[in-house]
Amino acid sequence: MIGQVFHGFGTGAVYAALALALVLVHRFTGVVNFAQGELAMVSAYVAWQLVDAGLSYWVALPLTVAVAFGAGALAQRLVMRHAGDAALIMTIGLYVFVHALAAQIWSSALRTFPNPFPGGPLGIVGPLGVVAAVLALLYLVIRHSGAGLTLRAVAADPRAARLSGIRVGRVHALGWGLAAATGAVSGVLIAPVVFLEPGMMGGVLVSALAAAAVGGFVNPVGAVAGGLLIGVAETLAGTYLWADLRVVVPLAIMLVVPAVRLSAFSRVRA
Amino acid sequence: MSAVTGHPTGHPTGHRRPAVGELAGDRRRSWPYPRTTLGVAAAAAVLVPFVLPPYPLYQVTLVLVYVVALLGLDLVAGHGGQVSLGHGAFFGIGAYAAAILLWLGVPYPVTLPVAGLVAYGLGHAFGRPAVRLSGVYLAVVTFAVAVAVPPLIRRFAPGGAMGLPVRTPGAPSFTGLADDQWVYLLVLAVAAAAFAVMRSVVRSRAGRSLAALRADPGAAELLGIRPAATRAHAFAGSAMYAGLAGCLFTWTTGFVAPESFTVNLSITLLAGIVIGGLGTVSGAVVGAVVVTFLPAPGLVSGLALILVLAVAPGGVTGLARRAPALFRKDGP
Amino acid sequence: MRRLALVALLLVSACRLTSADVVLSSPAECAGQRADGLSPDRVVVGGIYPLSGPASAYAAVAQGVSAYFAWANARGGVAGRQVEFLVRDDGYQPARAVEEARRLVDSDRVFALFQTLGTPSTAAVRGYADRRGVPQLFVASGASDWGDASYPWTIGFQPTYAAEARVYAEHLLRTRPHATVAVLYQNDDFGHELLTAFEEAVAGTGVEVVARRSYEVMDADVQAQMADLAGSGAGVFLNVGTPKFAAQALAADAAMTGWNPLHLLNGVANTPSLIAAVGPAALRGVLTTNFYKDPAAWPDDPAVRTYLGAVGKYVPEADPSSSQVMFGWTSAAAFAATMERMECPSREGLMAAARHLRGVELGTLLPGITLSTSPDDPYPVEELRVFRFADSRWEAV
Repeated sequence: MIGQVFHGFGTGAVYAALALALVLVHRFTGVVNFAQGELAMVSAYVAWQLVDAGLSYWVALPLTVAVAFGAGALAQRLVMRHAGDAALIMTIGLYVFVHALAAQIWSSALRTFPNPFPGGPLGIVGPLGVVAAVLALLYLVIRHSGAGLTLRAVAADPRAARLSGIRVGRVHALGWGLAAATGAVSGVLIAPVVFLEPGMMGGVLVSALAAAAVGGFVNPVGAVAGGLLIGVAETLAGTYLWADLRVVVPLAIMLVVPAVRLSAFSRVRA
Repeated sequence: MSAVTGHPTGHPTGHRRPAVGELAGDRRRSWPYPRTTLGVAAAAAVLVPFVLPPYPLYQVTLVLVYVVALLGLDLVAGHGGQVSLGHGAFFGIGAYAAAILLWLGVPYPVTLPVAGLVAYGLGHAFGRPAVRLSGVYLAVVTFAVAVAVPPLIRRFAPGGAMGLPVRTPGAPSFTGLADDQWVYLLVLAVAAAAFAVMRSVVRSRAGRSLAALRADPGAAELLGIRPAATRAHAFAGSAMYAGLAGCLFTWTTGFVAPESFTVNLSITLLAGIVIGGLGTVSGAVVGAVVVTFLPAPGLVSGLALILVLAVAPGGVTGLARRAPALFRKDGP
Repeated sequence: MRRLALVALLLVSACRLTSADVVLSSPAECAGQRADGLSPDRVVVGGIYPLSGPASAYAAVAQGVSAYFAWANARGGVAGRQVEFLVRDDGYQPARAVEEARRLVDSDRVFALFQTLGTPSTAAVRGYADRRGVPQLFVASGASDWGDASYPWTIGFQPTYAAEARVYAEHLLRTRPHATVAVLYQNDDFGHELLTAFEEAVAGTGVEVVARRSYEVMDADVQAQMADLAGSGAGVFLNVGTPKFAAQALAADAAMTGWNPLHLLNGVANTPSLIAAVGPAALRGVLTTNFYKDPAAWPDDPAVRTYLGAVGKYVPEADPSSSQVMFGWTSAAAFAATMERMECPSREGLMAAARHLRGVELGTLLPGITLSTSPDDPYPVEELRVFRFADSRWEAV
């Protein structure tokens, strides 16, 4: 039982990282980004290519996060900016396009991805530690930096922010970049376990969405807690309840959560 | 400014209620020959099964099936301004409801209302909690529905992953028609009825409430429109259309399998209605053609979706509406 | 008015544009049989494969089939007929498979459907093939259902999942008669068929299934399942997953130092992609089954040399060392053998020949394995050999 909970935390850490990315985009640009998982998958491929080219893992990782940041900001500037009020559908277009492009470039063959956390207890504690570090880093950036202040200003009131001289478009791109960089962490965390392939994040996205829902799509700590909760719930439902129940866990959590925290939700902007 | 402020309560005693767009002073260019086009289309639609060989006829039948699904999706996405990623699942639920009934030996005319009702009920069950919250939440919940439905079908529906083959409706002998011609005419009749009903729903008080909510939720609420109830009903009705289309799909293909109703179908349907053009009937028709001939999300459909949203938010229909204006002297 | 409309309808319905089927009139014993797509010097066949989408790795099967037919055409054709092989893409979606089957039969007028790939697509096309009376030959799926007598126009090819399970059971009973077994399986018909057949085969013997855990296709990973199965301490691990999940299970097994069971890898998972991904270290000592020659293990075999030459010449983009290309080649050779044994040149004649294969030998089948069918036994290949992964390739046990 304790072993299963432990493994649930391992999977939950991946959900948590992707859920954090979803919360960042939603909080700062008001969109739920369905392409977040696919951007993470592409980031994992970038890391794989770098390692494949001979770079050490610990050099490739920060490079990948930087590339992901750039790609996220670019996606916002090139694509999302033109979406108008159909931003959500635009992220679905992005999802389809990025997935198909990755399948075209890298084929559907399975690739081995280097694992910095070998088996045993470190395999679980490692990812959890990474997610905690990302959360702390995001807290520092958002709460205690100038860029974070403008981000929060835009999130609070885009119009007022624009009137006070903030370039709202650039800040949106910054939000997307931060989210993509966070999402890249989830891709790099899961790739060693599931093998790298274009469909890698397919099963992760829905659980991460449910995790983000626990945080109301605005609260990073809630999203991380939700990710861990869902990881454990899925594992336990699969082991001790009824294996067929596993697929319903994210949906059930999405339907239950708002009933519990409706008051928090009604403050969310549409 | 808003769609309804000029006519707060509509015309409860009037005979014909104009579309919301007219009330709101919609300045979109519209296609200049609506009646002629409709007449020609209707005549052509009835003649189709007698000139086309079986395979193209099958494809045209599928187009009509998707037209029904997209008319429903358009109620949520086009008129309601919300996003549903679960219509593939409701389509699958309708298809499976029909297939299981046929498998049990129930005559096929019964399967259509049952499929619609099942989808309507589930649409209520999932839509009601979701629409109370912010708009994005409906997309998220319906996405989870779309992900959960195929594995559940695979485990619990008869046939499992193998799918379920069923008899397709046979033509009554007095008509002298081949079975596929008969199925086409059945689908055409349902699609025509679905079209007529949707047209009147959109122009009804409920339809205009939905459009008002989209244009300005605050103002609409002040006028006494209940956002949650209106949107929940619209969503359930829209799911019902998807379920009816699923039933027609079963009649047409004679085979259902969980792999046919994955989240990819939901995405394809959404891409179809956006590429075709939101909020218009012709958009649903164009979208259905897109869904039939670009059946899986890929590079082409992803790029098309992005380009349409960025460059031509009105979709193909929006471009076509602007086309006549291009030939006039005053330009578009 | 309504009656008038009905009369008009009847009138128009009489003049629908359809072309009639080609029906044989001679010789006498073949009269009345249908032979669309078949002429004395040409035969059109169609195959449906997932060229795109999540299962696109299996497109390699179509490459092997194309290579065989190109090679056969260059040597005078199959039974004197040039084969025109049309490949269609269903994206692993059953509804599209039916659509493509209709197109092949109605528009392209194929003589037979040679191969549909995957259980869902094959099951979807099966009903249509039956209604239209079109042969659906040697489908690429190991489900037992293709022997169902109520669908006389469909026939399988490879050993069924149940047959594979029985081979594992026999091997265990012979080598480890008191083994305890842990099973990881996919929660669908494929996993259930293999697991059930295995449990039936070992029922009442010293071999016992002590733990079983399933996964869903949408699951992110199988770590928790593997941890749970390792907790059982079973001496044998039966890995019933598709390549992606089987690879995860192999990697997890290799990473766990405390649990070192005998690892049985099901045949579906034995793909070049999996071997490349998990690497030889994790595979060493793993057992699997096969029925055709692995190109890597038989490089000097004359039939394999012919195969390597033909694939390199006619389908240069294919990877000749892939077992899937070899699978396609072997099944196409079985199709050619069936065409040669056809008594009436008709669809009925083809199905009759497919159900009367008596010990037909093919160069690329493993020694001692033949194609054998009879009206009561609709399963062409039923035998499998057990292989163990040595340092870099599979070796016979």
